[in-house]
Amino acid sequence: MKINHVVVAVWIGLTAVVAQAAPSMMSLQVQSSPLRATPSPLGRVVATIQYGDRVEVVGRQTGWMQVKSPAGQVGWINESALTRNRIVLKAGAEDVSRTASGEELALAGKGFNSQVEADFKARNENIDFTWIDRMEAIVVSDPEVVVFLKEGGLQ
Amino acid sequence: MKPVHRWMLGLAALSGLVLVSGCASVAKVGAAVGQATGTLTPQQAESLVKSAEAVEKTFKDITPEQEYFIGRSVGATIISTYKVYDNDEATRYLNLLGQSVARFSDMPNTFKGYRYLILDTDEINAFAAPGGFIFISRGMIRLCRTEDDLAAVIAHEVGHVQLRHAVKAIKSSRLTSALTTLAVEGTKSFAGDQLAQLTSAFEGSITDITSTMMNSGYARGQEREADRAAIVILQRMGYRQEALVDVLGRMGKALQTDQRGFGSTHPPADSRIKELVPIIDDTRTPVPTAARKKRFDRLLQGI
Repeated sequence: MKINHVVVAVWIGLTAVVAQAAPSMMSLQVQSSPLRATPSPLGRVVATIQYGDRVEVVGRQTGWMQVKSPAGQVGWINESALTRNRIVLKAGAEDVSRTASGEELALAGKGFNSQVEADFKARNENIDFTWIDRMEAIVVSDPEVVVFLKEGGLQ
Repeated sequence: MKPVHRWMLGLAALSGLVLVSGCASVAKVGAAVGQATGTLTPQQAESLVKSAEAVEKTFKDITPEQEYFIGRSVGATIISTYKVYDNDEATRYLNLLGQSVARFSDMPNTFKGYRYLILDTDEINAFAAPGGFIFISRGMIRLCRTEDDLAAVIAHEVGHVQLRHAVKAIKSSRLTSALTTLAVEGTKSFAGDQLAQLTSAFEGSITDITSTMMNSGYARGQEREADRAAIVILQRMGYRQEALVDVLGRMGKALQTDQRGFGSTHPPADSRIKELVPIIDDTRTPVPTAARKKRFDRLLQGI
């Protein structure tokens, strides 16, 4: 019994060391996102990261994560934009079989993608995507939001 | 397809309240109860838990990138049913307001961001497609008396997006292993039979979502969740939280005389209002500026 206790204690100790040593890595799961100087929706932008970029989590606050970008810049990002999965942008055959085996790997372009949308369009010619493309082009920048809020006496 | 005011949620969908969110935990409770009362064998209980966990995992496997493609096609289907109100100034204002609202939500980034269009119809309606493609009808805008009211409507729709309610309306049977594991290697594209299988799953998913949005409505619990998310957003921005109650109240009245699209399956706004009142606190809400009133009134002129 005593030996068992020692084994368990050593095992717990080792696990704690390993957990501390391994940095917590996450990936950006949206097309691109700013890293901000403060954990707030309009904090100053310090860098922009891209789909699939791996970041190291260095801090946390409700709903936000402070991360280090691949280029070494540190900033805050909303946690909803990150995933624990590693995202593979251009998958090879090996990645495809690894993801099929249930590994925490997300392949960009898997499943529903532009090829499926093109096939859907071919099957449903009556459904028009013109306005969807037009609405995607309506981009509102951070400075425009700041002016909009200020004028409206908001925040 | 009969247009339905899905804002006033569908009781019909109440039977589907045990949707996929929390489905696995519900199944665990159900399995435990079934076992305790002797109605399920331990093996049956185990398999029930396993299948619910598999379903939950399947929805988690729909990436924001896939949600974006689902949202594009859901949006295209909505605007093939309704006409778009083609007015650059009004659309720009709606996007300034809507993209500001989205930045204060718990999910400020969808795959390519939130976008808004106005539907050219008197019907009081609003739709939120996956990935942040949001549609507000002229009838709905007319029901709003202030920018705060419209912000409340938008915040509720953003709530549906952040809580992934539309994606959860997809029948789990559509989400085959092909969808979650099939991937294209490098520059290759899907083979014919793989593509046909995926497109059929895609088409089915679009139908599941649009019929939920346009015909049956979301479950009562989901509307309540979106209302709560809206209150949080309004509070963060400095809009009047009470605006959501005002709009719901006016909607309730409009429903008494205008039954288009929404039948007896929709519960009164009163029950939603009753649940909101205790969580609203406008004591620190700033007074609206003249500029806020002016820009909203300008929008209303054309609507």
